[in-house]
Order: sequence, then structure tokens, then C-alpha cells
Amino acid sequence: MDRPIRVLVAKPGLDGHDRGAKVIARALRDAGMEVIYTGLRQTPEQIVNAAIQEDVDCIALSILSGAHNTLLPRVAALIKAEDAEDILIIGGGVIPGEDIPGLKESGIAEVFTPGTPTQVTIDYIRANIKRA
Amino acid sequence: MDIEKRILEKDKRAAARLITLIENKDPEALEILKRLYSKSGNAYIVGITGPPGAGKSTLTDKLVKALRKQGKTVAIIAVDPTSPFTGGAILGDRVRMNDLNLDPGVFIRSMGARGHLGGISEATSAAVKVLDIYGSDYILVETVGVGQSEIDIVKNCDTTLMVMVPGLGDDIQAIKAGVMEIGDVFAVNKSDRDGAKRTAREIDMMLDFNKNAEWRAPVKMVIAVENQGIEELLEAIHEHKAYMVTSGKFEKRRTENAKSEVVGLVKERVEKAILDKSNKEELLDFYSEKIAKRLVDPYSVVEEILGKMDVLLK
Repeated sequence: MDRPIRVLVAKPGLDGHDRGAKVIARALRDAGMEVIYTGLRQTPEQIVNAAIQEDVDCIALSILSGAHNTLLPRVAALIKAEDAEDILIIGGGVIPGEDIPGLKESGIAEVFTPGTPTQVTIDYIRANIKRA
Repeated sequence: MDIEKRILEKDKRAAARLITLIENKDPEALEILKRLYSKSGNAYIVGITGPPGAGKSTLTDKLVKALRKQGKTVAIIAVDPTSPFTGGAILGDRVRMNDLNLDPGVFIRSMGARGHLGGISEATSAAVKVLDIYGSDYILVETVGVGQSEIDIVKNCDTTLMVMVPGLGDDIQAIKAGVMEIGDVFAVNKSDRDGAKRTAREIDMMLDFNKNAEWRAPVKMVIAVENQGIEELLEAIHEHKAYMVTSGKFEKRRTENAKSEVVGLVKERVEKAILDKSNKEELLDFYSEKIAKRLVDPYSVVEEILGKMDVLLK
């Protein structure tokens, strides 16, 4: 790998639990990626704007509030509106299995639920980013 | 993407992509910069440096808000350290700047230092040019948290703001050489803490020691999280800018900076040429073994390699 993969790790919405996001950020860092960590309580607009300015390969969204069916598709829609669909969008957190097909339909490439080894997420990002 | 055309139309994606290409040493990026270079030079560049945890990002956030109130557009380049082991990085400066995120007059870019030790990354100075061409009035470059000798920022900006905090050491720290010498403006952040006045006094004493200085750096007390003292600090930066321009130092410093940039770029190219080609021809391995066995000395090898420079650089 010539260049580090750049990943924006963000927490959309109002829950204040960022341990999961920090664990993922650290794991991606240790996998040689550049992680832009944006912190808590981000709106979809903030997330997309940051992703564009940082020119990331991947947006990783961590959400535990239950609002995933609203916020995650909104991020995907804004990315589409920016004509930036070469950015891979993934989600993680407490997300019921029955919601996952709908999220994938909306443009979230993959959803990682609690208990997923970080290596699985790392491998997924490496295999699926859309830019060379 | 037609980066060249789109960046002149103030397209943020084009600016962002060009910075990525520069960071990844894409040859196309340099070609674009060659063509657009004449359009840079209009932004005023402020370097913000200081030890880790001094509050550089929070202070940057507040300074940007104050500049926005004055109607200026601002770009921020925030550099954070890269892991020497994995090449990975956590770039976390945006956490302190979330309110700026949706302001169309602000562009924030985080960069990993990627092995460069001077407080900024190798690509930072080219990224500054990109954001200059993009059309920012001010560019704030926030360095990694520095120790005592990371002073590359001074060669890449017009005004250096040194952010200090109380409690980092006694007055002997203030008179040491290195980072303390490069501040054009000093901010003592977290100045509601014990020892802040003493810290300011020690910096003042250090500065007064140099009686011949044409510019006496002001020392401003601020509390960034509470937005206290920010207007005064910005005023001090504007005063330094005015002094630089009226005294002719502005152009002089930019010329000196250009000189050091060229030297740096030449070094980079020469190093790359020697490492690339010699590895191909196993030149370096061939000599290294001989040097280790004392069959030849390193100084003669250097002369021999330099003699081949015209071939190596082709």
C-alpha cells in the first residue's frame, strides 16, 4: 500500500457513548490508516462536509441511539447529492438485524454489530474502498 | 475530475483532492501546482505552534471565529503525529472545531505528519499553496504538539503564534534556544490557572533580553475555551502583519522561505534519486559492504555518488 487509507470516524446524533468509536479509531490507526476523528453529536451535514474537505476513502459511523434508520440514510443521501459516491460508507453499533437490509438499500455498504472483531472491519475497508 | 478548472471555481472537493494527491506524491499534483503557482500568494499565513495539550486547536477555533466576524475567509491545516510503526494516525483536531464545520467560509484539512519531524508534514507547504489558490484570505497552520526544536513552521508562515500554558517549567526553559525563539506573538492559554502570570512574566523577560529586536513579540493572556482575550490576540497578529508589511520584512521573509523551500525540495529529490537508482543498480549495497569492511571510506563514496548525480537525476 503506497498511501494510507483515510477514514472519517464520526458519531451522528445525540448519544454520548464514544467508546466504540474510539476503539475502532484506534484499531484503524494500528492498521496503518489515517483516522480523522470528529467526536460526538455530529449532524449528517457536518459529517459529509468534513468527509469532503478531508477527502476520505471511507466514512465509519458509530451509532447507539436507535436513530440509525434516520441518520445513516441521511448521510448516504447527502454524499450522493455531493456527487461523492466514491466514498465508502459503513455503520456500526447497536443496530437490529431487521434494520440492516433497509440501511444497505439506502447506501450504507456494510453494518457491523457488537462483537464484530475489529480485524473484520479493517479487512472490509481494505477490500472495499472505491479509489485506487 | 478537472481539478485545475474546478479549484479556480472555488470547488472544495477539487481543493481537497489536490491536497490528497500532493500527500501521496502523485506526479500530476506537481504539474497542476506548477501551472497554478502564479495564482497563489494572496493569503496571509499564520503558524500556530506550542506544546501538546496547550490548547492550539481550541485557540485556532476561536481565532477563526474572530476572523470570520471580520469577514475573512479562512483555511485551517491541522497536523497531528503519524505512528512511526504502522504509518497510521488519529487526526483529532477537528473535534475542537465542530462549530466551524458548516461555515462555507472555512475549510479544514487534517494532515498526518507522515514521518516528518519538524512539526509539520512534508506536504504542508504545498497544501498551503492549494488553499491559497482556492482563495482563502487567511491560512492557519496548526503544528503537531512541539517539544523544543520543531521549528519548520517558521519557514512556512508569515506570523508565528506560540501558544504556551502555565506550569511547564521554570524560567530556564524560557531562555533555552529553539521553539521559544520563533514566536512573533505569544499567547499564554489557560491563563486562569495558577502560575499563568509567572509564565507570562518569564516570557516577557526572555523577550526583553533581546534589546535590539525591531519587533518585540507581544505576550497575550487568553482562556481559549471561554473565548477570553481572543480579540486582543487577533489584534496582536494583525499588528505583526502590519509591521511586517510596512517594514519590508514581509517580502524578505517570503523570499527566505522560498529559498529554504527550494533547498528542501532539492534535498528531497537528490535523496530520492540516490535511494531509487542506487537500489536498482545496487550501488548503495555495494558500497555499504565495502565501507563496513574498511575497504573504502564513506567520504570518498559520497564524492563518487555526487559525481554520478547527472546520471542519477535523469
